[in-house]
Amino acid sequence: MTKPSLPDAEELLAALTAQMRPHVTAQTGLVGIVTGGQWLAERLHRDLELEVPHGSLDVSFYRDDFQRKGLKHQVTPSAIPFEVEGRDLILVDDVLYTGRTIRAAMNELFDYGRPASIRLAALVDRGGRELPIAAQFVGTMLALPAQYNIELKRDAQGRLSLALQQP
Amino acid sequence: MKIHIKNGRLIDPASGTDAQQDVFIAAGKIVAIGAPPQGYNANRTLDASGLVVCPGLVDLAVRLREPGFEYMATLESEMDAAAAGGVTSLACPPDTDPPLDEPGLVEMLKFRAKNLNQARVYPIGALTVGLKGTHLTEMAELTDAGCVAFSHADAPLTDTQLLLRALQYAATFDFPVWLRPQDAGLARGGVAHDGQVATRLGLAAIPVCAETVALSAILLLARETGARIHLCRLSSAEGIDMVRQAKHLGLKVSCDIAIHHAHLSEMDIGYFDPNCNLTPPLRSQRDRDALRAALADGTVDALCSDHAPVDDDAKQLPFGEAETGATGVELLLPLALKWAEESRLPLAQGLARITSDPARVLGINAGRLTPGASADICIFDPERYWKVEAKALKSQGKNTPFIGFEVKGKIRCTLVEGQVVYEC
Amino acid sequence: MFLSSNPQLNKHGELHHLLSIEGLPAAILWQILDTAQSFVGVTQREVKKVPLLRGKAIFNLFFEPSTRTRTTFEIAAKRLSADVINLAVNVSSQSKGESVLDTVANLAAMQADMFIVRHGQSGAPYLIARHVGEDIHVINAGDGRHAHPTQGLLDVFTIRHYKKDFRSLRVAIVGDILHSRVARSQIHALTTLGVPELRVIGPKTLLPSNVDNLGVHVYHDMAKGLKDVDVVMMLRLQNERMQGSFLPSPQEFFKFYGLTADKLALAKPDAIVLHPGPMNRGVEIDSDVADGSQSVILPQVTFGIAIRMAVMSILAGN
Repeated sequence: MTKPSLPDAEELLAALTAQMRPHVTAQTGLVGIVTGGQWLAERLHRDLELEVPHGSLDVSFYRDDFQRKGLKHQVTPSAIPFEVEGRDLILVDDVLYTGRTIRAAMNELFDYGRPASIRLAALVDRGGRELPIAAQFVGTMLALPAQYNIELKRDAQGRLSLALQQP
Repeated sequence: MKIHIKNGRLIDPASGTDAQQDVFIAAGKIVAIGAPPQGYNANRTLDASGLVVCPGLVDLAVRLREPGFEYMATLESEMDAAAAGGVTSLACPPDTDPPLDEPGLVEMLKFRAKNLNQARVYPIGALTVGLKGTHLTEMAELTDAGCVAFSHADAPLTDTQLLLRALQYAATFDFPVWLRPQDAGLARGGVAHDGQVATRLGLAAIPVCAETVALSAILLLARETGARIHLCRLSSAEGIDMVRQAKHLGLKVSCDIAIHHAHLSEMDIGYFDPNCNLTPPLRSQRDRDALRAALADGTVDALCSDHAPVDDDAKQLPFGEAETGATGVELLLPLALKWAEESRLPLAQGLARITSDPARVLGINAGRLTPGASADICIFDPERYWKVEAKALKSQGKNTPFIGFEVKGKIRCTLVEGQVVYEC
Repeated sequence: MFLSSNPQLNKHGELHHLLSIEGLPAAILWQILDTAQSFVGVTQREVKKVPLLRGKAIFNLFFEPSTRTRTTFEIAAKRLSADVINLAVNVSSQSKGESVLDTVANLAAMQADMFIVRHGQSGAPYLIARHVGEDIHVINAGDGRHAHPTQGLLDVFTIRHYKKDFRSLRVAIVGDILHSRVARSQIHALTTLGVPELRVIGPKTLLPSNVDNLGVHVYHDMAKGLKDVDVVMMLRLQNERMQGSFLPSPQEFFKFYGLTADKLALAKPDAIVLHPGPMNRGVEIDSDVADGSQSVILPQVTFGIAIRMAVMSILAGN
């Protein structure tokens, strides 16, 4: 089977930004899921000229596979630099797949307060959902065989790209 | 019964014999060595090919735990263990419950032991009543009952005036006094040697001066009184130096070390192994090396097992709470051989320290193979390895730092007064 | 004998029990510190809990009384959503009740996942760890004089918070090192993490023999010992552990080894002061220093909860 070809991350980000622009306000809180979602959140925050500083979530303490896999070695502190209570939030992640990471992220967000709403922006939606989770803003849909993983990379100049990882 | 031991390598340290020689036994005694007496017809022949035939071992400290400590071990089990260990004469310390401070208790112990027809038991009597350190015992009566010496076991003897009187009294009758040099105050609360291991592990420490301060008191009082002293279980290089000096000055002093201190050091405590909770404590590697050298040059007269069986409930506790002591009578031979081999000494010298030398310390007619002597004999395989594990030990005490080790030297047959008391 | 393998690590070299800082590779210490950093954030939120150890049964097995340490472990476990059961085992040397191992065996039969053990005898947690099933983790909350690893860890976490880089620090530990499990754990943590100069200050009666083998410089003169240090770690005078004449009086101890403002002035001007608590004011430390601007004693307590959450999380996941 030939290796699937991947779209250009920068182009996808431009498309995502354009989708989101009509739907953000001065109060919108952007939260990126580490690490890829966090990079995207930084760029979106700048390009959408949002006022409220963006946050980041590690979700390690909310994952459903702790018993099997334990804690990952590099846990980074989550940081939400705004009041969650009553705010419209947008979660940002690089790849939406089973939906379990988003479930964990929502549980973590709710421990900060009760948001008015949560929407999801994903650069790539590769299907394969195991939970009833959907993204409102999507860069592209991409069908991938199960044995492949894709990840977002960032070079020294800050340029984003997608890479294939064979498990 | 007439027993002919043939084809064995006879080693008798006392006479310097180390040769292929047969032994002929009749009526409980050795009747001839080398060639059979005229008209000798053996009832039984033991083929000792490839094995060593030596005097039955003499162990200066074997706790039989009776009377009083039967939950730890019984006379039967420990006498079985001694027989399995090739020991035919053993000295039993007075720290029973009640201590051996009355003739009746000593007679009872001797009687019970004699009925088992295994090793000869030589009780060491208590120096003071109840081992409380305040009143002298009736040493003459106890000697009549069978005690061969008097000791204070591990009980503290803090009244130096009493110690002086005890030595004077003993010296009057030339009773030997066996003492463990440990100053009660300096050792108080301690469970391990005052060195780098106790510091790292946070264990309450017993400094070397607990031994040397006590030694200096004992040696000076021995010189004052002319008493015959045997020092039990030395543990330090400095202590050994003091004994060496005392012998040089002509004092009537002998000493022993336990098998554990000939091989182990504080490092063996590892992660708080309670089997290494011993009295005296295992000291530094330098101390251990000094003890080994002193055993070689004769400053240390004998190696003993310091056998102390302890039940599992009392040993499997945090280090400082565990009952002190290790089971050892079945390891006396292999560990003596190991010391001799590692020190590049002839097998005969290793055997001397567990046969003729301790017999001399104890003042008994044992530890030698001569025509006319009682047929107390040990036959062992010097090359055979065996694993030290609970099921291999006959003692009820399975508490030894050597558990899991493979040791070399397996007893094949033990005879006391010409009777086979153990064979495998 | 017990020399074969490190009883704290599983066969993958991951932390299975936390019994002592000695013998742990630096990488594991860094992992604990870094994970604790995340938990500090959690304790500052509205909802101070995460669901990580939901449904786990954690038993606080305290053979030595302690309200402070037990409470911080309880808080830490509850913030991880675990169930905590407290057992204060009354042990007097006179009464021979149920043995340590029998107590542990009974609790293990109640599906315990983790034991947090404090005991008056050095080495007790090792005995327990040797006898529990392989799914049960043991954390040493202080054993005799030997170790108090979570205290050592929270102390170095506190130092990192204020001083950032261990490799340029001069640290002094003052007081009753002989009887202190906290000191031993601190020494191992600081040397493993690369502190170049570690000093211990105390009278000869309170310093164990061969202490320099642990990698420290010994001082009996506090003025000399505190000169130019970046971190001052005061120890509690272990009154209950002192049997026998180690010191004539607390007053004399305070005169020579108590931390006052003018002794602290000999250290660097931005030096921080730590104390594991509870403090004996006027014996080890003067009130104005304890409550002063250089004291980080209260932050130590906050960080202690995060460190204990980190240790429990890492163990439960391994």
